[in-house]
Amino acid sequence: MKRAAPLLLVLCGAGCGGSQSVAGRDGVQGALIGGLFDVFLWTTAAVYLFVLAYLALALVRGRRHRRDRAGAQGEPAAQAERIWHIGLIAFAGATALILAGLTVATWLTDRALAEAGDAAPLEIEVIGHQWWWEVRYQDPVASRIVRTANELHLPAGRAAHITLKSTDVIHSLWIPNLAGKQDLIPGRIADLSLHPLRTGVFRAQCAEFCGLQHARMALDVTVETPAEFARWYDAQLVPPPAPTGGAALAGFALFQNRQCASCHAVAGTPASGMVAPDLSHVASRRTIAAGTLPTTRDNLMAWVADPQAVKPGNNMPKVPLTEAELAALGAYLETLK
Amino acid sequence: MSSRSPASLLLLLLPVALGACDRETRDYRSRALQSTDRPAAFGGNAYHLAQGQRLYAWMNCAGCHAHGGGGMGPPLRDDEWRYGGRIDQLVATILDGRPNGMPAFRDKITEDQAWQLATYVRSMSARTRQDMLAGRADEPANVEPPVLDERKPVRRVTPGQDDATEE
Repeated sequence: MKRAAPLLLVLCGAGCGGSQSVAGRDGVQGALIGGLFDVFLWTTAAVYLFVLAYLALALVRGRRHRRDRAGAQGEPAAQAERIWHIGLIAFAGATALILAGLTVATWLTDRALAEAGDAAPLEIEVIGHQWWWEVRYQDPVASRIVRTANELHLPAGRAAHITLKSTDVIHSLWIPNLAGKQDLIPGRIADLSLHPLRTGVFRAQCAEFCGLQHARMALDVTVETPAEFARWYDAQLVPPPAPTGGAALAGFALFQNRQCASCHAVAGTPASGMVAPDLSHVASRRTIAAGTLPTTRDNLMAWVADPQAVKPGNNMPKVPLTEAELAALGAYLETLK
Repeated sequence: MSSRSPASLLLLLLPVALGACDRETRDYRSRALQSTDRPAAFGGNAYHLAQGQRLYAWMNCAGCHAHGGGGMGPPLRDDEWRYGGRIDQLVATILDGRPNGMPAFRDKITEDQAWQLATYVRSMSARTRQDMLAGRADEPANVEPPVLDERKPVRRVTPGQDDATEE
């Protein structure tokens, strides 16, 4: 057990850095809460050390007192009592003051959080499904609405207002680097404000147990410069190139005529299923199946061949396909950029 | 009697408590089931029933059948089956379609999914075992809730014409 302690410490420390950091200061909201955390940590640490120091002093003094008791007895007792009396009152007063200070700090942070919004934030809708994320960028112009899955792109330095919905059970969106958690509750609309400060790639995770594959429900968050974000956004608005021949064309035909198109959508084709992730630009995403596998042709094929082996219990059925059909589908999916 | 301490009694109760941990198995993947095994494998399974309920919404069955009460398509909560009410007959109806409107769902859903859907459709017209029931359905039904212990024909059928009560 003693040997395991440093290991445990390292494990806890691992949560404080990298793409999924609970000490995240990469967003305005995260930084505000982080600042408040610092105030609490150092204040309470100082109080703790002070109390411990007094305890040590009491131990030392108590021992000496017992030794001295045999000699002189009780003549300066009244004066000592008075000193202790004042000391105790000062201690109680300091405690009240510190608590009041922490309360004010909390209140100020809360107010700053409420005011952190932007006049014209980026409006995004995030919908939780078992077990993937649907992301929809809202725009007053219908043709500029972008629907994607399991990835969230944000421009650095601009506030984003996220509307949260769920289609089945309670999920929770947690991008630890940027802000705290917020639940997605079926039948209700919740919201969350994000304001990323610097660019980076972060990992968000469902933070409310939502069933069998709760652990494999990650969201790939990319914070990029406004120019890069605009480029990504414009690329999302363009349908993927239509395959012109070879295996990709055969895969396209399979995708349209077999089970795929009932649930999945690909922009610019008749496939318009809305109950599963939009695959229009699936090959441009870093991962498939909500952060389960990196996007490669082999992984795409392995996933289609037997989704239940990769992520048991998920809602994608195993579609009976021959090896040649599978290869064709893999070739087609790879062109969806 | 004196040898029976509370601890040993607890020990005796443990297997009983552990019995409650028994869970039905979930078949996520198409197993090579014999067609004769399929009605039992799907029909009494809460997981398949719940997945069928999900598919009923996803494939927009409600578009014609409403939530069982029927609309453009026939109701599914009664015991009148134009093409047979056995689960395998329902699967055939779903996969291959029927005249006058029922589209074929072959290549829209997999065969396993058709069995799940049929499991759910059958549960509409009979009282489902309590331990199989999914969560409360969100949509209002336009018919009385099912209260029949077993499927009972609402009109007389000629014997042998329809063997909907198969169990």
